[in-house]
Amino acid sequence: MDAVSRRGILAGAAVLSASGAMPSLALAAPTTSLLNASYDPTREFYRDFNTLFEVDFKRRTGRSVRINQSHDGSGKQARAVADGLEADVVTLALAYDIDEIAARGLIARDWQSRLPFNSAPYASTIVFLVRKGNPKAIHDWIDLVRRGVQVITPNPKTSGGARWSYLAALAYAMRHNGGDETRALGFVRGIYRNAPVLDTGSRGATTTFVQRGLGDVLVGWENEALLAMDEYGPGKLEIIRPSLSMLAEPLVAVVDKVVDKRRSRTLAEAYLRFLYTDQAQDLAARRHYRPRSDAVVARYAAKFPRMDMVTIATFGGWQKAQARNFAEGGAFDKIYQPS
Amino acid sequence: MPGFRLAFGVTLAYVSLIILLPMAALVARPGEQGLEGFVAAVLAPHTLAALRLSFVAAALTALANLVLGLAVAWTLTRYEFPFRRVADALVDLPFALPTAVAGIALASLYGPNGWIGGALQGVGLKVAYTPAGVFVALLAVGLPFVVRSVQPVLEDIDAAWEEAARTLGAAPLRIAWRIMLPALAPALLTGFAMAFARGAGEYGSVIFIAGNMPGVSEIAPLVIVTKLEQYDYAGAAAVGVAMLAVSLAVLVGVNALQVALSRRGER
Repeated sequence: MDAVSRRGILAGAAVLSASGAMPSLALAAPTTSLLNASYDPTREFYRDFNTLFEVDFKRRTGRSVRINQSHDGSGKQARAVADGLEADVVTLALAYDIDEIAARGLIARDWQSRLPFNSAPYASTIVFLVRKGNPKAIHDWIDLVRRGVQVITPNPKTSGGARWSYLAALAYAMRHNGGDETRALGFVRGIYRNAPVLDTGSRGATTTFVQRGLGDVLVGWENEALLAMDEYGPGKLEIIRPSLSMLAEPLVAVVDKVVDKRRSRTLAEAYLRFLYTDQAQDLAARRHYRPRSDAVVARYAAKFPRMDMVTIATFGGWQKAQARNFAEGGAFDKIYQPS
Repeated sequence: MPGFRLAFGVTLAYVSLIILLPMAALVARPGEQGLEGFVAAVLAPHTLAALRLSFVAAALTALANLVLGLAVAWTLTRYEFPFRRVADALVDLPFALPTAVAGIALASLYGPNGWIGGALQGVGLKVAYTPAGVFVALLAVGLPFVVRSVQPVLEDIDAAWEEAARTLGAAPLRIAWRIMLPALAPALLTGFAMAFARGAGEYGSVIFIAGNMPGVSEIAPLVIVTKLEQYDYAGAAAVGVAMLAVSLAVLVGVNALQVALSRRGER
């Protein structure tokens, strides 16, 4: 090898090692920043919440901190963290996604019992969005299996929100079929038979329903429905709350392996606990998430009417619900198998 | 030749780092669940349907683009018209545009309340949210591959050949068949192969317009994404390897055809 290429290789090696050295430099300094890996619809909420926390932390400790956020689909974020994205905290849509990170040994297995309300500082539920005047008279799940009703909902295999919608429909059908799962799944199948499109995510389904004008009813997150009402106004859309729904609990956790390495545990835990203060709960409510603190719940009673809701525990937890319904060859796949 | 070692070393290292190693990792992954798991992942009915849709749509749209792309390249090289350079630049737009943007634009145009979709619905045709949507998206992303591989060859073909053939009394069709086509064939094949390979793997533009119904309008790359969403890395890699195998077979076939054609040209 001649001298030129050898020098080139050395230069390349120097660049590589320099970039590799950067995280260890950050280690030496006291922690002044956090990375929060979250999912798509929380972007606006966490932007405001981070400012709130930064100001509060400065006031209490005199230290300036900077919170960075990263957003993508919930499952994609879980894979990124499992594959090495150095997020100090994760705030994702499903316990299933955080369980997957825990299974890789990055988060303690008992993570969900470490914070109040099963580590779900805010909640949401599944509602229907229909066109102004509700022309197809859609009031409950039973109306979604009617002939001639087009239902817009994303694919539960790629969308966390759609998994909650599917399970809400299943919970309703179980209750009205005396707990007979086969008949209940037949009902859910009827709903998906009325779906002309399966978008990959919640926002895509909202676009299909509102912008493309496809379908008679959108089944999805209450927070997305409220956002669509803000954007397009009550002149175009109406929210319908079914007789039974799921209490959807987005979850938060400290990533143990990362905070131990970056020595950011104290800051990360303070950050997550701050989500439970009335100040943060009020912000969540304004951003269309159901608050948990009693005082704030009372303040927003009109915006979030009481609903009959079941939790994921009805289905034996996420691992069981996932394996039974959404895994390869599960109940959802059977809906689309020619029979 | 001077610099051979350096150039060869860079080529080898670069190709290994960004192509060979990731491919090896991909091929190694399905091994985790054994041959049985691999076969089960690839032969599931909705996976097979998705693979069929992706490859059939890619082949048919690449063929259509072969004809239409040749016409576009011909127009751009053989005629002088206002805004020719603008039209020429427009051809590259699908290269430059993020595919998701192209998909959303196509969906709003071909959707039930879009300009074209609305008109088509009037005569009972549905494009967006049906398998036809897949074809529309692939036509758009594949066009520049054919145009850009054929155009330089068309520019280089000596007009004297055509004139000579004409003065010798050849009819226009005969000139096209005997003079132009043999000269263009290798470039056309390259364009076809690239449009096909791109179409089979296309994700971003398709998912917004296809409807994504399992077994009907679900494409193979979406099956891979779906499996990743279930943390089924081995299953996702299995479908990836199946796609790789089919694409590789087609590309080898196209290459063999090119070699055969150039041999015939030499005789």
